[in-house]
Amino acid sequence: MTSFWSLWIIVLTIITIVGITWVLFGNRKREERQTDKTTGHVADGIEEYDNPLPAWWFYMFVLTIVWSIGYLIIYPGMGNYPGLIGWTQVGQYDKQVAVADEKYRAMRDRYLALPIEEISSDPAVRKMGMRMFSNNCAQCHGGDARGSYGFPNLADNDWLYGGTPADIKTSITAGRQGSMPAWGSVIGEQGVNDVTAYIMSINGRDANEKNVSAGKKVFQTYCVACHGADASGNTAMGAPNLKNGIWLYGGSAEQISHSIRAGRGGVMPAHADTLSEDKIHIIAAYVYGLSQ
Amino acid sequence: MKHDVIEKNVGLMIILTLVALSFGTLVELVPLMFAKETHEPIAGLKPLPALELEGRDIYIREGCNNCHSQMIRPLRAETERYGHYSVAGEFVYNHPHLWGSKRTGPDLARVGGRYSDDWHRAHMYNPRDVVPESNMPAFKWLFDNEIDAQRTPKKMTALSKVGVPYTEEDIAGATAAVEGRTEIDALIAYLQQLGTLLQSRR
Repeated sequence: MTSFWSLWIIVLTIITIVGITWVLFGNRKREERQTDKTTGHVADGIEEYDNPLPAWWFYMFVLTIVWSIGYLIIYPGMGNYPGLIGWTQVGQYDKQVAVADEKYRAMRDRYLALPIEEISSDPAVRKMGMRMFSNNCAQCHGGDARGSYGFPNLADNDWLYGGTPADIKTSITAGRQGSMPAWGSVIGEQGVNDVTAYIMSINGRDANEKNVSAGKKVFQTYCVACHGADASGNTAMGAPNLKNGIWLYGGSAEQISHSIRAGRGGVMPAHADTLSEDKIHIIAAYVYGLSQ
Repeated sequence: MKHDVIEKNVGLMIILTLVALSFGTLVELVPLMFAKETHEPIAGLKPLPALELEGRDIYIREGCNNCHSQMIRPLRAETERYGHYSVAGEFVYNHPHLWGSKRTGPDLARVGGRYSDDWHRAHMYNPRDVVPESNMPAFKWLFDNEIDAQRTPKKMTALSKVGVPYTEEDIAGATAAVEGRTEIDALIAYLQQLGTLLQSRR
């Protein structure tokens, strides 16, 4: 704040305090207790007594004035004057954070030094992890971590990007970007139907024999690069296993066709900039522990 | 002083009332109108691009700010959940600001980047699909409505009149930037940039 505005605030504040003090004392009536004097107002024969303020009321006013003076000396309020105790909003916040860090971060850092396999069954870690999961992960993956349409189930042991502690930690820290391309324009509607039939067949579901064999050819040409020759997927690229009956985007023929035709691009946001490493470690341990 | 003089002279009473009332404004509000902290944008702050600007107007139209605040207070419990506390410099181009005062839903000041676009689409189409206990209404019509691209440059021109530094190019390219986009595209684009300039690890 410039010194002009600082002075502006100080002068106006002093004028206010002096002003109300003057109004209060200037209008004080000295008479003792109740008199018969009236203000002279008459409305329909009703008159108004002209009595002094009750003493407790008057002294309460005085108290507020005294309080404001004390407040303005101890706390910042008078322009750039920082107050006797140097209180600031951010200073108080920093203190809160420092106290909490000392209490909690040290505890979390102890776990950070230990491998995830070891701490994933620790009840304290599971409890902390569950809370952090609720705050940061449950919106997509669900409170029970079982996911929903388009958001992977983390409680089973099927993993798009790998289920080792290191894989899970990488997924949380750096995020993931799924990229199933749209094949509709490449393989045509017939191709989409054929591949759908093939996918159905390798899951042991009914499909037209002719479509299946045609679909297998298309699959061998376009899909194997990510999903593998045996359709068991590839965690290095986040390509799902297509024959274990677990469907992120639904397993009906229509839904499978749509995934092939229009592509899919599930995104796991990165948390490197928002969550500290000790918390990511504990969340990773919690998630890892869900399927152990 | 005699009460009678004031009480029997309405004009004088009005003037003195205004004087008495003005002190609070003069001390608490007027200096902030000239303070550096409230007028200088934080590093990297730019006026909202066309699509995000339209998204903001949808946010206002649908009344999102009635249930979601955009103001993280400097309290540990808040920064622990939402991220770095809000600072004045983040809001200098907001007309009006959307701080809100009620949190039926969570604060959105730093929602940008926290969820994927797909999540926002699913959530806006039917919040219960992804958050079973949610009581947020569904906003299905956003998926059908298209942005009225002719109005975007006018909005930018109006905002530049109150000090938002849109360039001639911004305004000239606004229609093309939002042409054919749906309202859900715009709203998600707006949400995904909220608060991303000031990150801190919780």
